[in-house]
Amino acid sequence: MTGFLVLALYVGAFFGSYFVLSRLLQGAFARKGFNKLKTVTFGDESAVVANRIASVLSVVTVFWLWVAFTNSVIPLPKLPGPYQGQMEFTYTATLPDGSTDDATVTMLVYPEDIQQTVDAEGNPGRAPEAVEVEPGEGFAKNDSDTVARYGFKVLNVWKNDDVSKKDGSVVTHINGAPVSPGDYVEVPEGTIGITDKGTPTFAPAVGLRMARLYLPAPEVVLERFVRLNKEGYQNFTLWEHTRYSLQRVLLGFLFGALIGIPIGYAMGLTNWSRGWFDPIVEFMRPVPPLALIPLMIIWFGIGELSKVILLFLAALWIMIIAARAGVSGVAITKVHAAYSLGASKWQILTKVIVPNSLPEIFTGARVAMGVCWGTVVAAELVAAEVGLGKMIVVASKFQLTDIVIVGIILIGVIGFMIDVGMRKLENWLVPWKGRV
Amino acid sequence: MSGLLIDDISMRFDLPNGGHVQALKNVTLDIKSGELMSVLGPSGCGKTTLLNIVAGFLAPTQGRVMLGDHEVKGPDAERGMVFQQGALFEWMNVRDNVRFGPDMKGVSRSQSREKVEHLLEVVGLQDFKEKAIYELSGGMQQRVALARCLANDPDVILMDEPLGALDALTREKMQSLVLDLWKETGKTIILITHSVEEALLLGERLLVMAPRPGRVHKEYRLPFADLGVGNDLREVKKHPDYNSTREEILEMIWNMEEEIMGRAEEQA
Repeated sequence: MTGFLVLALYVGAFFGSYFVLSRLLQGAFARKGFNKLKTVTFGDESAVVANRIASVLSVVTVFWLWVAFTNSVIPLPKLPGPYQGQMEFTYTATLPDGSTDDATVTMLVYPEDIQQTVDAEGNPGRAPEAVEVEPGEGFAKNDSDTVARYGFKVLNVWKNDDVSKKDGSVVTHINGAPVSPGDYVEVPEGTIGITDKGTPTFAPAVGLRMARLYLPAPEVVLERFVRLNKEGYQNFTLWEHTRYSLQRVLLGFLFGALIGIPIGYAMGLTNWSRGWFDPIVEFMRPVPPLALIPLMIIWFGIGELSKVILLFLAALWIMIIAARAGVSGVAITKVHAAYSLGASKWQILTKVIVPNSLPEIFTGARVAMGVCWGTVVAAELVAAEVGLGKMIVVASKFQLTDIVIVGIILIGVIGFMIDVGMRKLENWLVPWKGRV
Repeated sequence: MSGLLIDDISMRFDLPNGGHVQALKNVTLDIKSGELMSVLGPSGCGKTTLLNIVAGFLAPTQGRVMLGDHEVKGPDAERGMVFQQGALFEWMNVRDNVRFGPDMKGVSRSQSREKVEHLLEVVGLQDFKEKAIYELSGGMQQRVALARCLANDPDVILMDEPLGALDALTREKMQSLVLDLWKETGKTIILITHSVEEALLLGERLLVMAPRPGRVHKEYRLPFADLGVGNDLREVKKHPDYNSTREEILEMIWNMEEEIMGRAEEQA
């Protein structure tokens, strides 16, 4: 249900912000430059430019949805939250002789994550005590209890009464309404029920927001991020987890490129190499690196070596194929021209084939880095001592969802930065790409 | 400088289905040093194959090519190539492209500088020498290709439709440039073209080839190339013989195409 609400809000934000902003900010929505003069733009891909307002709003929307569905302190519009505070309801107990008595139950609903918070002095939060209440008149006495948000409590309302349940005291009414076992009474603060055995229960209203266990609020994740940097997790700081993951990726990719590119060139240049490596490359290419993880662990353990070798294998085939494609992409006229200008075979390789294959090599390198980054996290999920994947999987076992989210955001940001870096490097080294 | 002798060359390609194509049959040509010969013919007449054999990229199934006193065995700096397009090195700027040949030979840059700068000036690219190849227009790129070839000081220059991808106006200017360079350097040039006009204007000798099997059909000696050196090529086209020769050759090629079509129909 909540999922449909998220979808509806997201779709609504997409269309709603477009209709509102395109009326308000017509200047920002007008086509610019030469595109202004084009009358045919629908279907002309070159006339499509990313609207940066939309990009910003897209990120803001995701952030807002995150806030709206959590018990965040950030002052943004939020969905109805879980009930928290002090409420009362009355029950009526009836004895076998027909005599009745009313008593009130005071329920204190406290935050479910109170033990994960710290107060101003740095002491961890504790679940509160039940409030003191007057026992009141009659054989049924007033009760007081506590329950956490999103929680549920079975209330032994007879424990301080003069007549126990065993002696025939039955709860017959809640807030004056008659009830029998199995019934529920809805109140604004939650649901009061009667179990099949006749005992009252109380479940505070949950609203539409998610408990910290399922989705921690942004500030909780940020706080965790700061603490992970200072204190670390599982004996390693966040930076060390990140560095180990990055180091594995870079080492694996580097070896993959160092071995793969020459093999790819050889496959593109000599019959023997092509025949020799073709079967193994064609066989290994469709094997997902993840399928090799168990074998790597069996052979090389769970240490650095098995990770680096796995990533080496992940990058190797991609780089071989990229280099081979790079050689086949060299126009034969360029090779002929170079030979006619007196180049030797070695000069053909270094001055013509290598520079001419750089665009393909870079495309391959970008793919390989992406695959390696995905593979390292997966490999660490399976078995590792340190690394972002290991951090996530251990945190999930202890239900520390905030650490899981910190890890996911970090993995995404680093993956994005790797790709941006590779593209920058490509533009710098291969300025002619796509312009010939 | 030495002449080029194409000695009874035949070229047969075997097809995967067991048949074969006779791309060239018993072609013999004696090209004197400093001659500019244009080669014309319908597609499939083997003119590019002939050029590839002279360049040394293909070995003929019969016959041999002699340059001066030695036989052509493979590509060499003594025979420079100018291709239609896409043979420049995009990862180098204009000047590095032009000095590629001297660099490959190990000539120091200080030694090659003067010649490279001179050639850039001759082709009119002195202001573009730092530019990347993809920043140049098609005509400018072909100027670079010409300069790159000349920087190596080859004995023979082989041109495979060098102006084929250019627009008509640029093409005319480049034709003048080719003529001027030919006169200035005195190189032996073999120029393959699809354009009858170009073959007439540039070819001191004009070779019309016929297809199936590829062979020399007719040879002309023309005055237009000499007239065109340093002159407006449009004036040359007013020469009394120009139009009649053009019509004659067009007719010839037209008939060849008809014949090919007819033969194809017969087979079907």
